[in-house]
Amino acid sequence: MQYSESRTRNLRWLTYASIGLFIISFWMIFSYVGPERTQGEVQRIFYTHLGAFFASFVLFVVALIAGIQYLRTRHEKWDDLGLSAIELGLIFSLINIVTGAIWARPIWNTWWTWDPRLTTVAIMWLAYAAYLMLRAGIEDPNRRRRFAAVYSILAFSSVFLTIIIIRVRPDTIHPVVAGPTSTSEGIEGDFAMSDRITTTLLFTIFTYVVISITLLWHRIRLENRTKLIQARKMKLLLNA
Amino acid sequence: MIEIESLVKTFGYFPVLRGVDLKVERGQFLAFLGPNGSGKTTMLRILQGLAKPTSGRVLIGGWEIPKETFAVRQQLGVVSHLPLLYDSLTAEENLLFFARLYDVPAAERGDRVHTMLQQVGLDKRAKSVVQTFSRGMVQRLAIARALLHDPAILLLDEPYTGLDVDAAALLDHLLTEVAGVKDGIRTVIMTTHDLGRAYQHATHVAILSRGKIGYYGPTSAMTTDELPRIYAETVGMMTTA
Amino acid sequence: MSATTTTPETTSTTQPKKRRLRTPYFQVVASLAWKDLRAEARGREMVNAMLLFSIMAVLIFSFALELDRQAQEATVGGVLWVTIAFAGTLGLGRSLAAEKDKGSLDALLLAPVERSALFYGKMIGNFLFTLAVGFLLVFLLTVLFNVNLFRPVLWLIIVLGCLGFATTGTLVASMSVHARAREMLLPILLLPVILPIIISATRASTALLTELKTEDWLPWIQLLVVVDFVFLLAGFFLFDFIVEE
Repeated sequence: MQYSESRTRNLRWLTYASIGLFIISFWMIFSYVGPERTQGEVQRIFYTHLGAFFASFVLFVVALIAGIQYLRTRHEKWDDLGLSAIELGLIFSLINIVTGAIWARPIWNTWWTWDPRLTTVAIMWLAYAAYLMLRAGIEDPNRRRRFAAVYSILAFSSVFLTIIIIRVRPDTIHPVVAGPTSTSEGIEGDFAMSDRITTTLLFTIFTYVVISITLLWHRIRLENRTKLIQARKMKLLLNA
Repeated sequence: MIEIESLVKTFGYFPVLRGVDLKVERGQFLAFLGPNGSGKTTMLRILQGLAKPTSGRVLIGGWEIPKETFAVRQQLGVVSHLPLLYDSLTAEENLLFFARLYDVPAAERGDRVHTMLQQVGLDKRAKSVVQTFSRGMVQRLAIARALLHDPAILLLDEPYTGLDVDAAALLDHLLTEVAGVKDGIRTVIMTTHDLGRAYQHATHVAILSRGKIGYYGPTSAMTTDELPRIYAETVGMMTTA
Repeated sequence: MSATTTTPETTSTTQPKKRRLRTPYFQVVASLAWKDLRAEARGREMVNAMLLFSIMAVLIFSFALELDRQAQEATVGGVLWVTIAFAGTLGLGRSLAAEKDKGSLDALLLAPVERSALFYGKMIGNFLFTLAVGFLLVFLLTVLFNVNLFRPVLWLIIVLGCLGFATTGTLVASMSVHARAREMLLPILLLPVILPIIISATRASTALLTELKTEDWLPWIQLLVVVDFVFLLAGFFLFDFIVEE
């Protein structure tokens, strides 16, 4: 991507907006919305938990699209996008897993349980970690990009599994927050949504998605600059 | 037969081929020389349709790469320093397998395989597993494999690597007699580090240096002793420039 | 020569006959599968290693999980699929490494054949070897775990599960052979991706063996069919990109 003044300005504004949104959502989580009826204060972590999940979901979808686009066009920029999205996606899903564990300790009385939802999220994380391993293992840069793109498409099957598993597995104890659920009652840790909870939840999710896009942009810029330096080095070496 | 126009191939930011122009007429035997890292291997992989050129035009027998690779592949026979054969299959099974892959008509398949085995002198070992073969025998079988489908173009990628003196002499013989090189039926491109053999077989010599053709000319215009000098000059000149 | 590519020179030298431009799809698939079976029938290196490994794995499982009858019924499905997955991974690595190291993968790619035909040909070999492990386990687990596995529906699950495994496995292994630490990388790359297959196959087997109602195992088999289909299709489209530069 070409360096341009207007892009830099846009990114700067987006960064400010992200920071602003984050502060507002922080305030909403801790002050605007009251403690949940049965779970009390600990439920507040749920907003971050879900926000991080949606951010990682968006990033993995971006990686999927980038993978397909790379194979079609063989433009390096799609590979950079895919790599950046997956790196960030891993971070956000780690936030998702850790906050989930913190929430689960008082609610389910355990940090971790081999519930289908938790298992598939863990597997999803491992699949994308494997993506980084694959990249590290292949030396030829063109082949590395091709394989990475193919694998990012394959790895998306684990995201898909994570999304559908709580809808087909009736024995999960993980609450289904959005969409239809196969179990309508008796879920441990399910909670009723008041208007304020819904507003805060949606706002936090929006905030996290914006933050993830901002970070993605920064990450790609970093990659571009590294490449630019490399290209200049190469040029110097060849002309020397 | 083979036409290459301003062929460029880059890996990332690193240009391996920097505008190669080359024309090989039907029946020519081109020795393709160059030091390691000069882009020889990349060039061959492009001709084989295993790598896509970054830019430039490559025509083989009138078919364009990479658009019409199927047609191109059918006219190519490749002998490499790797055997490209299956160890746990017999000589005959190997050839039959590749005959099927190259769509040699079912009716001719058996005959063709046996003729080839005979020509490379392996008919007595047809039922033996390749694992038990010596390096020289494997190379003979590899030639039979490359000629199975009667290709118009033969690509030889360092065919002498790992051969002892006898096996190399036999390969010389096979190249001139069996592969039909003498009669000018086939167009041949051979990469090698062996300048003597290059001079012995080739009608033309091309020397690749740092991604460009540094020298091109017929062997008839030089003596045996001249080729090493030309080679050293071409390669050396480019590296000090 | 003119710039137009529509009138190529006649290039065949001693065979004036007109040839097909590319080898028929099925011919490629069949000859590749035949080649793998023939080579394996002679050496039996891969299948022997896989079978021996699964015998050892099952023995270890049966020692490690000293279970009562009920628990055995609940566990045997898991043991079956874990063993298939690990033994299968062992075979896959070898199957594709064998193609790469002697340069024969290049030889295959040099032929005028569709890439996806090569994929399906390779996949069939791997599928049959994995299936051999699956059916050996049927005998072995019936004896060692004292659970009757001679049930046609279970066999169907094994066939579907192995098919999905071999498809995904061939695809992933054809990437991992190019990596530096390929033996290590293959299971790391493969296991997260085949999880949908292993989960649904295990669930279906367990539900079947613990005598649950048809509604409890049928959806898993349906899911297995869908996942198999998706991966077979993915192989068709993605294998090209793996082998072609």
